[in-house]
Amino acid sequence: MYSIEVKNLRKEFGKFVAVNDISFNVKSGNIFGFLGANGAGKTTTIKMMSGILEPTSGDALIGGFSIANNPNAVKLIIGYMSQRFSLYNDLSVGENIDFFGGVYGLSGKEITKRKEWVLEIANLKNQEKVLTGSLPGGIKQRLAIGTAVIHKPNILFLDEPTSGVDPLSRRSFWELINNLSTEGVTVLVTTHYLEEAEYCDDIILMDAGEIIADGSAKEMKEKYLKNDILEVECSDVIAGLEILEKQNYVEESSIFGNNIHISVNENLKNENQIKNLLETTHNIKLKRVHKIVPTLEDVFIHLLEKRKNAK
Amino acid sequence: MLNRILAISKKEVKQLLRDKRMLFVLFFFPVFLLVIFGYAVNYDVQNVKLAIMDNDKTSTSRDLIRSISSSSYFEIVEYYENDKRGKEILDEGIAKGLMIIPKGLEKDIYSSREKINVQILIDGVDGNSATIIQNYSIAAIYAFNNKLNKEASQKVGFQIAPPIDLKSLFWFNPLLETTIYLIPGLIALILIVTAVVTVSLSLVREKELGTIEQINVSSLTIFELLIGKLTPYIMISFANAIIILIAGFILFGVVVNGSYVLLFLSTLLFLFASTAIGIFISVVSDSQQVAFSLATFVSLLPATLLSGFIFPIESMPEIIQWSTNITPAKYFIVALRSIIIKGTGLQAFWEQWIYMFLFATIFLLLAMIKNQQKLKNS
Repeated sequence: MYSIEVKNLRKEFGKFVAVNDISFNVKSGNIFGFLGANGAGKTTTIKMMSGILEPTSGDALIGGFSIANNPNAVKLIIGYMSQRFSLYNDLSVGENIDFFGGVYGLSGKEITKRKEWVLEIANLKNQEKVLTGSLPGGIKQRLAIGTAVIHKPNILFLDEPTSGVDPLSRRSFWELINNLSTEGVTVLVTTHYLEEAEYCDDIILMDAGEIIADGSAKEMKEKYLKNDILEVECSDVIAGLEILEKQNYVEESSIFGNNIHISVNENLKNENQIKNLLETTHNIKLKRVHKIVPTLEDVFIHLLEKRKNAK
Repeated sequence: MLNRILAISKKEVKQLLRDKRMLFVLFFFPVFLLVIFGYAVNYDVQNVKLAIMDNDKTSTSRDLIRSISSSSYFEIVEYYENDKRGKEILDEGIAKGLMIIPKGLEKDIYSSREKINVQILIDGVDGNSATIIQNYSIAAIYAFNNKLNKEASQKVGFQIAPPIDLKSLFWFNPLLETTIYLIPGLIALILIVTAVVTVSLSLVREKELGTIEQINVSSLTIFELLIGKLTPYIMISFANAIIILIAGFILFGVVVNGSYVLLFLSTLLFLFASTAIGIFISVVSDSQQVAFSLATFVSLLPATLLSGFIFPIESMPEIIQWSTNITPAKYFIVALRSIIIKGTGLQAFWEQWIYMFLFATIFLLLAMIKNQQKLKNS
């Protein structure tokens, strides 16, 4: 059962294609990660899915409603938290909650009930009268997400919710997202912190308006990185890299700090081959060579490099 | 729907109450302008300085001088003896006018042999005042002539009245006080500036801070948003209008002669037109700074120069007359002067209501078109 079905969604600004015929589905209750560099088209896609930006062509069904034909119905069932901090700094915490409750047409009683809940998840109990502008970033963000779901939407869009938030607050913020998801809310979140993608059930990676990879973090590592990644530690990194690059078992190589990362194919029979090559033939001392677990960063760098080379 | 509009209005009021600077501007500005325009801008000509060269020095010439100096229009600053000093007096601005009484005035009057010439020289730099001085002095001499005629005919034993006795009265503003003329225009000026500036700033601020996105994504309609946002500012504008009327009454004795209902409805229409300009500005500008400059420029300048507030539109060249239509203050001022000063009914200014309505509609349409374009391309 999908909460979000995107079909050939496209957005052009003049001659510039911001989103190029993308399609993907999001399962109900999942946390869905939307990754990509700045300018990849993430925000444009989210704006179209929220019904505030008209697509050039294509459509998306959000909770069963078409964004092309019924954007207002879509707005009622989604919560949205924009990239920029979206609460009023010159209003108090309570006034902000009242305002957004009112805008979503909640009655006085409902607002009082939901206000308690928002204050609780934002850790702001008994601090209703505090001016929002004086809150620390992490708390503000929690308050923002609380007001974004004040009307209990089934689907929540978060556009870079954790940018500019300290690591500790980010972690607890993701716990909050997790809690919402266990309550059945489908969460679509964009981020450029790749380690955050590990919290997501599914991910897509966008580049220049196109989806270039999708799947879970684990699937992606398996699907797109077929080769092993070896970390080589030796006495002369530069010379070592030059030598290794030329070997037929090395497909990609790069320097990570004082080490060399190489992705190797089946031509490498065992790791002694490297030891022999460096120490015997070139007189470079090999300190250590070992297989490492690739991170999503390795995957994305691999994919983006490949795309760049293909162009 | 009412709930949602109320939520917006409440929020707007709370934000405004915290914005002490804006509050100060909103309530200080009207009083400030009223005092400036009420006291400083004044074309009433009073106590014009006059110097006199009396070459006759008889009781008749003194009578003539007395009849001129007894009105509050002229103040005699100097009696001088020769033309050289007369030139100095005008050059140095010691007096605005000279009156030269010829030798033999008394003799000639009673012998009625010759036509008598009294010369008046007026400093014409300020043409407007010069014309007024001219009229006052003609009137003073005319009155003196009448007095002489009356005395002469009484001596003979019968009365000859002049065939036509001219008595002119000014209707609506009998004393030709500038403040009475200015107050309606001042109301228009203050309302248009506060309405355009506050409305455009309040809308652009949401854009600048990004909070508009949160509102866009809620199911709030643009209609609800605008009504919710405009209501507090329209109420403030009414409060401002009331302040000006009360201050105008206390300080300058200006009273509303016409119907308060018509006054209220005209003001509402005018605010509708002014807020339409504010909305349009908020669509075309992306920062509060741009919006503020644009709003003050678009509202203040035309409302001061082209609205007929100070400078009569009828005496402008045709092309400028045509351009006066860029400010709704032009229509409002006509309606206000009719209601406040003349106390007339709707029949005297109903076209102005139509103009204001059309003006608002055109600007709202422009704002909508521009907004649609922006939505498609942003």
